Amino acid sequence: MFVALRDIRFARGRFALMGAVVTLITTLVVFLYGLTGGLASAASSTVAELPADRIVFGAPAGATPEVNFANSTVSPAQAAAFAAAPGVKAAQPLGVSMSRLTADAGAASVSVVGTGSTLLPPMGSGSAPADGQVVVGSDTAKTYHLSVGSQVKVGPSTLTVSGVTAERSLSHAPTVWTTPGTWEKVSGQNQPTALALVLGSGADLKALDDAQGTETVPLGDALSGINGYDAEQGSLQMIQGFLFAVSALVVGAFFTVWTVQRRPDIAVLKAVGASSAYLVRDALAQAAAVLVGGALLGGLVGAVGGVFASASVPFDVGASTVAVPVTVMVLLGLLGAALAVRRITSVDPLAALGANR
Amino acid sequence: MTITLKTRTGLALREVTLTYPDGEQRLTALDRVGLEVAPGEFVAVAGPSGSGKSSLLAVAATLLRPDSGEVLIDGQEVGALSAAARAALRRERLGIVFQQSNLLGSLTALEQLLVLESVRGGKVREARARAEELLASVGLDGAKQGRRPHQLSGGERQRVNIARALFGSPSVLLVDEPTSALDHERGEQIVALLAEVTRTHGTATVMVTHDRDLLGRVDRVLEMHDGRLS
Repeated sequence: MFVALRDIRFARGRFALMGAVVTLITTLVVFLYGLTGGLASAASSTVAELPADRIVFGAPAGATPEVNFANSTVSPAQAAAFAAAPGVKAAQPLGVSMSRLTADAGAASVSVVGTGSTLLPPMGSGSAPADGQVVVGSDTAKTYHLSVGSQVKVGPSTLTVSGVTAERSLSHAPTVWTTPGTWEKVSGQNQPTALALVLGSGADLKALDDAQGTETVPLGDALSGINGYDAEQGSLQMIQGFLFAVSALVVGAFFTVWTVQRRPDIAVLKAVGASSAYLVRDALAQAAAVLVGGALLGGLVGAVGGVFASASVPFDVGASTVAVPVTVMVLLGLLGAALAVRRITSVDPLAALGANR
Repeated sequence: MTITLKTRTGLALREVTLTYPDGEQRLTALDRVGLEVAPGEFVAVAGPSGSGKSSLLAVAATLLRPDSGEVLIDGQEVGALSAAARAALRRERLGIVFQQSNLLGSLTALEQLLVLESVRGGKVREARARAEELLASVGLDGAKQGRRPHQLSGGERQRVNIARALFGSPSVLLVDEPTSALDHERGEQIVALLAEVTRTHGTATVMVTHDRDLLGRVDRVLEMHDGRLS
């Protein structure tokens, strides 16, 4: 890095500008990455964090089953068949609907999940709901001043809060949990939406699906059944991808121009015996120094900004929120720089002789 | 890559011919050129522009492969060497004094020498004292060693250029029009310095020049015309 570091010191304005661009793009990507994670969590944490292995989707008679919580319905016969199948440890009904929660302190749209107590998130206080009772998330309890024994209205039914769990949400609405029977009253439906399976070994799910007219998917794939989830995540991930591509192009363009400007120096170094490998290593080390410095600063700014942003928007604050974008920025930037500095190999040391310089 | 060479025997060109493509024909830049320069000898090659001086230097510097003939540096024939081996030879046995100093803009005078140690894979810190001493020996000491090229005069830049060429203790020193950017007085000083370093460092020095007023201090003057040396 002998020449690399001295070039940075000498042309500090140009490298500071490039570093600032890397910093800004990294900050933007960290924000976007945290927002993507936060929105994913707000849209799906109720399903994503279920202690289950598979979700079974059904369909009304005559319809083809599809992975979609809005369209799915599972009959008692289907539920019984899955519960009795070899290799299936548990098959819990999962009723999913949207409703309105009204408390003394206000009202909000909520997702209502009717299921067995084994699928509830960790309880903070109180106990699992019985019929006529509901469990609310910790944020919901705090916002609407709810505690064990509070009365709330969910849809047309008045329910008693039996406990407070860790916060979960579905389709950006906080989730409240109740029994399948109470869920049917609240939602006006008479069959659960889906089944949540806990598997042992040897379950032949394909045969079960074929026999029952259902579609069983892993928990991760079931997130696609949440309305708007794929479109929302796909859009955000596409923007992230574009930002990464832009950063690689910007870094590549900078180092292309820089390498062209350095051609006379490179020719001299080659003429005095520097190998192309030495010069490429030096140039890549220079790119790495700019990228690592810029990306780390951008990651720090993004993380600090994210902490503040998380108070008002769904923002996932975590080590991976910073580490992944910073790492990808550095790697893609190095790729762009590598494509640019390969021009070093084509510089002819002969150019250092004569009056060409 | 390291080149293992025999003892210092200087530079030898034997029957070297070099041609360039010129449309559908080929232009002869060097026509069966023969040249031997012993260690400690200072040879000038003079001639008009286009006579083949730069081509001679490029071939001797292993930057161009001749069409035929042999180039020997300390007895090592360089024609069959790979590009990497030729680069290693330039690192270890050749010093080149460029026409317009060709110093790297981001490096100080001292660093212009130390970068060669980095290129060689050596320990830069340990080479610092030697670089300072070499710069002092060509008349650049103290604060001037910490100056970048744009902070030095033309003569000072050329002194750094010479010190850089000598830093690797080369056996062959190739000098390309060293006075073209200098006035006569400074040009004479630089040629005197080259004559001195040829004696003290024992290099086989070849200087190409078109300035015949500066040839008083060289051991031999060879004339180049239309690719032929006489």
